[in-house]
Amino acid sequence: MNAATPGAELLAAAAPPGAERSRRRAEVVTALAAALPAHALLWQREDTVPYECDGLTAYREQPLVVALPESEAQIAAVLAICHRLGVPVVARGAGTGLSGGALPNPLGVTLSLAKFNRIVAIDRLARTATVQCGVRNLAISEAAAPHGLFYAPDPSSQIACTIGGNVAENSGGVHCLKYGLTLHNVLKVRGFTAEGEAVEFGGDALDVPGLDLLAVVVGSEGMLVVIVEVTVKLLPKAQAARCIVASFDDIRKAGDAVAAIIGAGIIPAGLELMDKPMTAAVESFVHAGYDLDAAAILLCESDGTEAEVEHEVARMIEVLDAAGATRLAASENEAQRLRFWSGRKNAFPASGRISPDYMCMDSTIPRKCLADMLLAIADMEKKYALRCVNVFHAGDGNLHPLILFDANNADELHRAERFGAEILETSVAMGGTVTGEHGVGVEKLSSMCVQFSAAEREQMLALKSAFDPGGLLNPGKVIPTLVRCAEYGKMHVSRGVLAFPELPRF
Amino acid sequence: MIANPGLEALAERVREANAEHCALRIRGGGTKDFYGETPRGDVLDTRVLGGAALHEPTELVVTASAGMTLDALDLLLAEQGQCLAFDPPHFAPGSTVGGMVATGLSGPSRARAGSLRDHLLGVCLLGGSGELMQFGGRVIKNVAGYDVSRLVAGSLGILGVIVEVSIKVLPCPESEATLRFDMKPGEALAALHAWGARPLPLDASAWWNGNLIVRLSGSAAAVAAARKELGGEPIDRAAAVPFWADLRDHADPFFVAAEEAIEHQDATLWRLSLPQTAPLLGLAGDELIEWHGAQRWLATSLPAANVREAVAAAGGHATLFRGGDKSAGVFAPLAPPLQRIHERLKQSFDPNGILNPGRLYPGL
Repeated sequence: MNAATPGAELLAAAAPPGAERSRRRAEVVTALAAALPAHALLWQREDTVPYECDGLTAYREQPLVVALPESEAQIAAVLAICHRLGVPVVARGAGTGLSGGALPNPLGVTLSLAKFNRIVAIDRLARTATVQCGVRNLAISEAAAPHGLFYAPDPSSQIACTIGGNVAENSGGVHCLKYGLTLHNVLKVRGFTAEGEAVEFGGDALDVPGLDLLAVVVGSEGMLVVIVEVTVKLLPKAQAARCIVASFDDIRKAGDAVAAIIGAGIIPAGLELMDKPMTAAVESFVHAGYDLDAAAILLCESDGTEAEVEHEVARMIEVLDAAGATRLAASENEAQRLRFWSGRKNAFPASGRISPDYMCMDSTIPRKCLADMLLAIADMEKKYALRCVNVFHAGDGNLHPLILFDANNADELHRAERFGAEILETSVAMGGTVTGEHGVGVEKLSSMCVQFSAAEREQMLALKSAFDPGGLLNPGKVIPTLVRCAEYGKMHVSRGVLAFPELPRF
Repeated sequence: MIANPGLEALAERVREANAEHCALRIRGGGTKDFYGETPRGDVLDTRVLGGAALHEPTELVVTASAGMTLDALDLLLAEQGQCLAFDPPHFAPGSTVGGMVATGLSGPSRARAGSLRDHLLGVCLLGGSGELMQFGGRVIKNVAGYDVSRLVAGSLGILGVIVEVSIKVLPCPESEATLRFDMKPGEALAALHAWGARPLPLDASAWWNGNLIVRLSGSAAAVAAARKELGGEPIDRAAAVPFWADLRDHADPFFVAAEEAIEHQDATLWRLSLPQTAPLLGLAGDELIEWHGAQRWLATSLPAANVREAVAAAGGHATLFRGGDKSAGVFAPLAPPLQRIHERLKQSFDPNGILNPGRLYPGL
C-alpha cells in the first residue's frame, strides 16, 4: 500500500519517467487526499498494476492514480476534484469486461467501485432489487432465490462481473432472446455526473417524463455518468427447464434449423450453436457427451411450467428433426441439463487449453447468415493461416468466434487482429453489428469507423458532450475520432466496398 | 435502409427550414395531435415517405418507413403470425409508424411484454440540419456506440425526423383468455401483485368500475392451467378482442366518459405512471388502472398541482394526456441535471431548434 500522506518528493520517486506526468500525479494525489482516507488512494506502481487492464489483457496502461471510495460522498468529491483539475476518470467494477472499457487512462484516475457491494433492498411485492453498483450479477439472483425470483441477464462471467459493469456494457447472456438484455431488466440507475452532481435515470415507475435517458446510459461504457446504484426487475423462476442437444452433419442445415425454430413461432430460452472444432475442444475438457462427428451442434432450451416445457420440447424436436438433425437428445433431469450446458459454458477456458492465446470476437449478424458466416470464417482460417473455433448465441445471431494464436509470435498476433477485423467487417456487410454484448471499449474503435458514418459518429460524440461537457468520463473509448477513422480507412476497405457487396446494409 | 423515393424532398424541406430557422411541425396521420405541448410550425408531412416495409419473420424483425400506417403494419405482421408485442395504441385509422415511435406509447400488454422502446432496434432519422443518420440496426443484440435509436422513442420529434425504424416482432401468442372478477380497486391491485409473483402467463389487466379484467396469453398449456388456477368469469373471444382494442385506443366507455367530462365539465384526463405497488392515491375523479397498477388513468377536475404532487409523492409522474389547461406543463418537470442534459441534447441534434420546438417541453 501507499504511504499515508504523500509528499512531492516521494511522489516524484514513485512515478515513472516523465516529469509532466509526475507533476500531474502529485497534484491529483494531493487534491484527492483531502477527500479520501490514505488507504483508499493508490499511486505507487506495485499497487496500481492490478488495475492496468480488464478482461482484454492485450491492452495495458498504468493509471495515474487509483481511487477506492467507500461512500457516495467520497465518489462525488473525487469527481468534483477531477472535474476541477480536468483529470479523466475511468470507472471500474470487477474488471471482467472483454473490450478494454476499463482500460486506465495514463493521465487519469481509475475509480474503483469494488467497495459498493451491498444489496440495498429486495422488494418481493414489486419484484425488484436495488443494489449497489459493485454487487455481482449472480449475487442478485442468489439474494432473490428465497422469494422464488431471479435476475434474468446472465453473462457467462456472472459469478464475478458486477451489475454496474453490466449496465455500462448492456450485457447479455444465453437467455436474452427470451428475457432481454440488461437494458430490458433495469428500471433505475442512480449515479453522479462528471461534475459530481447526483443524478437519477429511469425510476420506480415503468417510464419517466421527457427523453428516455436511461436507454442511452445503459451501454454507455462509463462515458456518460458514474453509476452507483441500480434497481433491476426480478422475474418469477420458471418451474421447469429442459435442454435439447441436436447434431447436424452440415453447417448450413444447422443454420437453417435455427431459422426454422424461430419461424415455427418458438422463442427458446436459449439457442446456442457450436462448430465441430469447438465441440471437440469442450468435450475433451468437460466430457458432456457431445457428438464429436457432428459438423455443428445446437443446444435448445425450453423453460416454463411443466406442461409448457413438455409441449415446447416436443415441438422443437419435431422442427429440428425436420431440419435434418442427425442426433437428438433432450435432458431427462436437472443434472443432465446442466451437463449439456457445461460444455457451452466452458467454451472459453476450453479454448485456452488448446491454444496459448485466443481472441474472442462478438459481432451480431442476421440469423439467416449464420452458415454463410461460418463458411466465410473457414476461408479466413486459410487466408490468415490461423485456427478459429466457433460458439454462437445462435438465437440472437451473436457470434463468438475464438481466433487461436500465440501472442509471443508478433506475426500471429498481427494476423489474428486482421482476421478479427475481417469478421467484423463481414458482419457489418451482412447487416449486422461489430459488437453484440461485449462493447466497443478500445478493442473495436476502428471497426466503428466501418459501421457508422462520420455524421453518425459526430452525433454520438455530441451526445457524450451533452452528458459530460468536459469530456472527462472514460474519454477516448467507444467512438473513434475522425482522424482515427481516416487512418483506418487508408489501411482497410470501408463501408460500401466490403465483402458480400450484394447484401443490402440495413 | 429501404430505398425511399420520398426521402430526398423531405430532407430538402428540412434543410431549407434549417437555413431559414423556420419551425417544422412533424406530422404523420395526425391522430396524436392532442398529445404533448401545443404543436407549432409549418407541417412536415411524413406520409410522403410512403409505406414500404421489409419483414423477415425468421429474423423477428420488421423495418418500416415512418409513413406506413399501423393498420398496414399490423396486417403485414399478422399474415406471418407475428405482432408488435407492446401493442401500441392507434387511437384512430391513419396513425403512422413514425408517430408511434415519436410518441413512444405502449398498449395494455406493456407491463409484461415491455415497451415500444424495448422493442426498437434501429432508427434512420434526419437531424435538424437535414443530414440522414442511422443508429442501431436490424439485429437484437447490438452495443456498438450509444443506443441513440432508443433515445428517439418518445422524443416527440425534437431530436430528428424519423424516416425509418426497425422493430423486434414476436410470434402471436398461441392462446389467449380473458377473465373478469368483481373486485374493489385495492383488492384488484393485491390480486395482481400476488399473481405477478408466480410464473403465470398474466399479460394485460384493467380495473374500472368494480371490474377487474385480465388477459392471459402464452402457450395453450400455460393459459389453460392459469385459467383453472385464477377462476373468475371467462369472457368470450368475441367480446374480449374488441374490449382490449378499445381500451388500447381509448375508445372504451371509461375514455368515452372522460372525453365527455373534458367537454362539459372542464375535466382533464391524466396519465399517472406509478410504481406497480403504489397504493391507491384516493384522488377525486374517475380512475382506470392498467399495467397491474403501473399506469392509471384519472379523469378529474382537480388542479394540476394537486395531481402532480400526489403522484410524485408515490414515486411516479403525471402527464396531462387530454383536455385541460396545458399552461401547467403537459409533462412533469425535470430535475435540474436532467433538464441541462435535455437542453444540450436538443442543441446537438437540432442546433437551430427547428424540429417540433416546444412539443416536449417549452424551450426544447
